[in-house]
Amino acid sequence: MTMMTRRMALSAGIGVACSAAAFPISTPIVHAALPGEKRLVVIVLRGAMDGLDVVQPYGDRNFAALRPTLAREPGDGLADLDGFFGLHAAFKPLMPLWQAGELSFAHAVATPYRGRRSHFDGQDALELGAGESDGSAAWRDGWLNRALGLMPAARLETAVAVGRDHMLILDGKAAAGSWSPTVEMGLIEDERGLLTKLYEDDVLFHTALAEAAALSEMSAGGARKETGRVLADYTAKVLNGPSRIAAFSLGGWDTHRHQARAMKQPAKHLATAITTLRDQLGRNWDQTLVVALTEFGRTARENGSTGTDHGTGGIALMAGGAVKGGKVLGRWPGLGTGDLYEDRDLMATEDVRRYAGWALSSHLGLSASAIEGTVFPGLDLGRDPGIVA
Amino acid sequence: MAVSRSTIAAIRFGYGLSADAAPPADGAALLDGLSAAATTPLLAEPTPLRSRLRRLREVNQQKKREGDTEEVKAARRQMMRDTRQDLFDHLVQRAEGPSAFFERICAFWSDHFTVSARGPLQRHLAPAYEPETIRPNVMGRFEDMLIAVTRSPMMLRYLDQGLSIGPGSRVGKRRGRGLNENFARELLELHTLGVDGPYTQDDVRQLAELLTGFSIDRRKGGFVYRPNIAEPGPETVLGRSYGGGRPRVDQVDRALTDLAHHPVTARHLARKLAVHFTADNPDPKLIAHLERVWTDTGGDLPQVYAALVEHPASWATFGAKVKKPAEFVVSVLCATRLHRAIGRTNKGRHDILTALRELNQPLFAAPGPDGWPEAAEAWITPQGLAARLAFASTVGHQLARDRTADPRDFARMALGDTLRDDTAFAVGAAPDRWEGFALALASPEFNRR
Repeated sequence: MTMMTRRMALSAGIGVACSAAAFPISTPIVHAALPGEKRLVVIVLRGAMDGLDVVQPYGDRNFAALRPTLAREPGDGLADLDGFFGLHAAFKPLMPLWQAGELSFAHAVATPYRGRRSHFDGQDALELGAGESDGSAAWRDGWLNRALGLMPAARLETAVAVGRDHMLILDGKAAAGSWSPTVEMGLIEDERGLLTKLYEDDVLFHTALAEAAALSEMSAGGARKETGRVLADYTAKVLNGPSRIAAFSLGGWDTHRHQARAMKQPAKHLATAITTLRDQLGRNWDQTLVVALTEFGRTARENGSTGTDHGTGGIALMAGGAVKGGKVLGRWPGLGTGDLYEDRDLMATEDVRRYAGWALSSHLGLSASAIEGTVFPGLDLGRDPGIVA
Repeated sequence: MAVSRSTIAAIRFGYGLSADAAPPADGAALLDGLSAAATTPLLAEPTPLRSRLRRLREVNQQKKREGDTEEVKAARRQMMRDTRQDLFDHLVQRAEGPSAFFERICAFWSDHFTVSARGPLQRHLAPAYEPETIRPNVMGRFEDMLIAVTRSPMMLRYLDQGLSIGPGSRVGKRRGRGLNENFARELLELHTLGVDGPYTQDDVRQLAELLTGFSIDRRKGGFVYRPNIAEPGPETVLGRSYGGGRPRVDQVDRALTDLAHHPVTARHLARKLAVHFTADNPDPKLIAHLERVWTDTGGDLPQVYAALVEHPASWATFGAKVKKPAEFVVSVLCATRLHRAIGRTNKGRHDILTALRELNQPLFAAPGPDGWPEAAEAWITPQGLAARLAFASTVGHQLARDRTADPRDFARMALGDTLRDDTAFAVGAAPDRWEGFALALASPEFNRR
């Protein structure tokens, strides 16, 4: 697969002026011209998080039979949310947010991708914001980057992809940064300009160096592992500074076997990431919306090895002081005979891009027409699901 | 800048120039080196997977029996030490094997048929996978490699095939267990047809049913076919029927052979080879050429490699690819022979392996079954470049300990006729010798191929 990425765009001359030229390596960044105080964090959950396990529809009479080793009851491995849905025990640290109205979910949602249930196509479709069922898109830039392009004051440090992982969601023409808090600096303090000289004629290397110099300032360094806590810590730092949008990914959700055990680790990282953001953002938490999305859901039935295979309808999580929470949004399709998609997956009753779209619209103030025309071309935003207060 | 064919052969098809080995003269020399390399034993023959699985089982059983005693802990620590040695031996094989092109080909196929080691135990098993499953088959037919991979306990573990049970099999009915379609899907999507291939969810399901029975003998530590967990056939994959009657392993092999010979598989692999060796957006003429040779020869891999090397497009766009971190690190070893000095100590081995983690490409730990990304933009990110600079600095300090070594000589040797004026200037102007070495290793020409 080839991608039209930010840096290919740069080397094609589209965006050189706004990035490389704006950040000559020796000049310290000036933090100014902020596009408002609202903050948005997008977490991409790679590997297909099982929405039916995270937010269990224990009130659906067909649920327990589909999931002999995974289904739980309130009080027995499940925290009741609303009398119908219950939250997986590993997400217990998030219950205070639920009670404070700072957490909600959208259940039975998916991108329009229905093709091969491929992680890699599914994640591309999610990050590109593709509207086609085969996951293809007429563009190769991420939807968060297209949204960024609509913000007049946006600049390199306004949006940051955090972590070593490549974030397609922020790739594109609008200048955006990327940095991993776990990287140590080495040669990069280029006092004599030798590195600049070395990379002068190579746009790819030159641009990467310029961004590294700009974004490493807030890096504490030292931590070796990219856990939810480390990523969230750095994310909070940049958001307390000049940045307003950040994206990172958390993996480990591909629970084909022994899911009861396999869920614990990724769930812990996600819960910790969210509570860390809350703790570290301080007052800015009130202005923050965190959206966690995954490429698709998993089979409604357990498979032969007490896990689940690739499915369709999944879940989106929304957290933050800006959230009007305490709700499980979405239209529940049921789990009975004939309710499942292709007799195996939770039916997706809503396009998950609507939630991403409304997050941009109601939280960041982008117009509905810009979202339907530019960020997610062809999407019908529909009525406001009421994500933020 | 006119770069000689010899330099391109060394850098694009190998791990770069080295102080003590002459680069291949041209394409013919590259191909000449392959068959000899295929029959040369590894520099350090790793312990067989079979023994690794048995050792793992013994330690686990001992732990169950006696608890986490000092003895058990010591055994586990020893396993991890052995794994580190294995991983290091793997890098040395890449850097010092008789044909760098052969090593690159092995790396390509190991990535195509990725198994990823998650957790300390899997990590202990991983180093045996390429020597046992990939290497013996890279000079054969694709179908043989596919069949070998499908029998590898590593792959069966990694993609959960060992846990998939035909719901209509004897065991499936008795225990109410069922399919796990993970391996079947990746076999179609990644290993053969490609995600754009002509298969449906139903084909995935049918192939998953057909594959039931492929399992791991935990006691003996090898592949075993278990008819009592195999779904009764027949199954239809891509319109062809397999099985029926008593489940047999050759029914699965027939399906794998058909998949290996499918024209869409030829196209998928032709493109993938061209992307890996030449450019992220390769010349369509090269892809068509590889596809034709693949189809004409029924996937005879040495003829495909020859087709790759003989095509003019493979020698154009030099420098379009960025070395992945593991390629970068092995290139550093080739240019510096650093492993001979620091590789003797535990710490030295540890430092090099840690660098691969910092560079975001730890050995045998790809993020998913699709292996590592190819695109230059996936690696030369701010954080990716910073990690390269950090490693270059570490190595620079090491090299500078030799008081007689001159960074300018090193740059000329390591970069050959790819050395640009900017790099020569920066290396010469470096205030410290270590920095001169580091700049040579951090230069675009050292990081591209």
